[in-house]
Amino acid sequence: MKLSFSPEDEKFREEIASWLKANLSGGVEQLKFRGGPGDEHMFPEERKQWEQKLAEGKWTCVGWPKEHGGRGLPIEQQVIFFEEYARAGAPGRVGHIGEGLAGPTIIAFGSDKQKQKYLPGIVAGTELWCQGYSEPGAGSDLANVKTKARFDESKGKWIINGQKVWTSLAHESDYCFVIARTDPDSKAHKGLGFFLIKMDQPGVTVRPIEQITGTSEFNEVFFDDAECDADDIVGEPGDGWKVAMGLLGYERGVSTLGQQMAFKNELDQVVALAKENGAANDPVMRQRIADLYLRLKIMRFNSMRMLSDSAGDGSLQKEALIYKLYWATWHRDLGELAVDVQGETGQVLEAEPYELTRLQSLYLFVRSDTIYGGTNEIQRNIIAERGLGMPKEPKW
Amino acid sequence: MDFVFTEEQQMIRDTAESFLAEVSTSEAVRKAMVSSVGFDEALWQKICADMYWQAIHIPEEFGGMGLGYVELTAMMEQMGRYLLCAPFYSTVCLGVNTLLLAANEEQKAEYLAAICEGRLTATLAYCGVRGGRNAEDISATYSQQGDDFVLEGECGFVVDGLTAGLLLVAAREKGSSGESGISLFAVPADTAGVSRSNLPVLDQTRKMASVRLESVKLAQANLLGSAGQAWPVLDKVLDLATIALAAEQVGGSQQLLDSAVAYSKERVQFNRPIASFQAIKHKAADMMLRVEAGRSAVYYAACVADESLQGGELAGELKEAASIAKAYCSDAYFKNAGEAMQIHGGVGFTWEYDVHLYFKRAKASEHMLGNAAYHRERVAQVILD
Repeated sequence: MKLSFSPEDEKFREEIASWLKANLSGGVEQLKFRGGPGDEHMFPEERKQWEQKLAEGKWTCVGWPKEHGGRGLPIEQQVIFFEEYARAGAPGRVGHIGEGLAGPTIIAFGSDKQKQKYLPGIVAGTELWCQGYSEPGAGSDLANVKTKARFDESKGKWIINGQKVWTSLAHESDYCFVIARTDPDSKAHKGLGFFLIKMDQPGVTVRPIEQITGTSEFNEVFFDDAECDADDIVGEPGDGWKVAMGLLGYERGVSTLGQQMAFKNELDQVVALAKENGAANDPVMRQRIADLYLRLKIMRFNSMRMLSDSAGDGSLQKEALIYKLYWATWHRDLGELAVDVQGETGQVLEAEPYELTRLQSLYLFVRSDTIYGGTNEIQRNIIAERGLGMPKEPKW
Repeated sequence: MDFVFTEEQQMIRDTAESFLAEVSTSEAVRKAMVSSVGFDEALWQKICADMYWQAIHIPEEFGGMGLGYVELTAMMEQMGRYLLCAPFYSTVCLGVNTLLLAANEEQKAEYLAAICEGRLTATLAYCGVRGGRNAEDISATYSQQGDDFVLEGECGFVVDGLTAGLLLVAAREKGSSGESGISLFAVPADTAGVSRSNLPVLDQTRKMASVRLESVKLAQANLLGSAGQAWPVLDKVLDLATIALAAEQVGGSQQLLDSAVAYSKERVQFNRPIASFQAIKHKAADMMLRVEAGRSAVYYAACVADESLQGGELAGELKEAASIAKAYCSDAYFKNAGEAMQIHGGVGFTWEYDVHLYFKRAKASEHMLGNAAYHRERVAQVILD
């Protein structure tokens, strides 16, 4: 086992750190530590400009292969990039769904034409993406998708009808990747297609969802005879589930260490507050703070294992299987601590009518962490079935 | 960065696993745990002669294998999994670490060589009869009489204290308090004035003893390091032992998960294996999460321990890494033990099934070298004070 980075990697760390330092100045300074989960509604325009600034420095899509416009960085340097990005307090990425999900899927499963059409806009930070998976009747049971895609021979286009929900950044996005049923008689994960749909068209309506925070980051997206070019289905009709699940492998991995750096920033705020208001002297609070601190450290050690320990066959190792359940639960506990550490004063709003403090916003928003992207309960099913070989629940 | 076992480390781990699966069966553990010494002497001699585990991280110049702490913890994990009854933890994790850090070259040559050859087992006696992990918990005293030292008092919770050939005793100068005045002594168990008795405890798989010291006269050659200055070294020894113990806890947690899952797949109720119920699956998933997170904590701590022994850049993290591992793994082990018992249902409450052996070991290990709350408070001191 070896824990240190090579001198070459450390040199790379200096390079990205100094670029961030130089570019997170002037008007951009106000974006520091903003726009993360729970704060995604803030500074959308400024953050879109920031994407392009990143692109100018060639700091978008750093893990993508060079032929597709990325830097082709090795894992270690991707980790360093995400760590330094978060350490510097650089703003939450509005381009992360394109860079982290849409792009890698198109690279893995898309046609040459799709690659030429869509990848450059993601790399340039000029075209933003959102994800159309969940529906009112397809949450944990994601395969129960009802949105329909019908091929219209006369138009030579796919016609999409249905509703998606919990679509973050839909109102800012240029494109949405959607799973929809191509075979109307099919059930579950069979008969689905994976579509790349332009948002700016008459058949697409976006409606924000007001969350428990009083703000809106998620949306409902309605497709009423929305159109999708024949060339914009990824894979064949019926391959949709395979293509969508192919993404899951990209969702874990290198960005997790950056996420943890952001978690560390949040925990540091709580620690500073506890020292300031005397909660740091309370034995029960000391236990809770130390517990969060050490569990975050372990999250990092676990990720280091996850990144070093690739089976090579695409299957998730056990330490990777637990990751979502682990971090989501940790983050929820942190949110709770963040208000508890303030005692009664933690209940006082930033301003009327309902403006929250950053920590109140954190406290409320983290309740979504254990729900989206596979609830804690679904994660436990996956761990039990894939990690421990326990049988599936009999069909109802 | 390469945070996985090397091929050689994997081999050491696998060898330990297959050897222990053969020799440390439930039957063997149960036979050893009711014996007065607490282990099978013939098996220990076989381990020393054929496996050479007692010499794992002793430097080659003293006859050891010269391997590191990652290898040691990999083996401890397997010993915890198979509940090996043997004086390994006491001799290697407590004894050898004390000698490596505190002894001079002559003392090392004498004792480490004897341990390598399987002629000597050792243990550390530091706290009083009330237990504890702090300097204040050291209650045995010494006074200097000419060139000699005279030890008095009683040490409690001495692991394998009844059988160890060499007792490494922490005592404080009469009248001293806190971290000052503490010395370490190498006390052969047959020294006049030393008397030992078994301390009967809930966990039968690890024997504890009380050691009485009555006018035990020792020479300068028995003193390890400088008189009165031993606390920092002892503190470090305890941290190293803590990391090894946490590895053992991970092994036990893993075994509990495996046995609970295996049982749930066989046990049929309502015409289906209980493993198909989410109420069981979710418990098992949480158990696996605790095992894997604990393992990550231990691997990291093992790397830090290695650097601590060899003077690497992470050496300064020893205390924190030990506390992180012990706080997490203590809770993980006991929770897994409770859940494993619950998943086993009625049979988990019987003497016949092994769950209770782990359940008892889990609680005993939790309180050894500081429980989870103790270690969280140590972490709190680093980040809050």
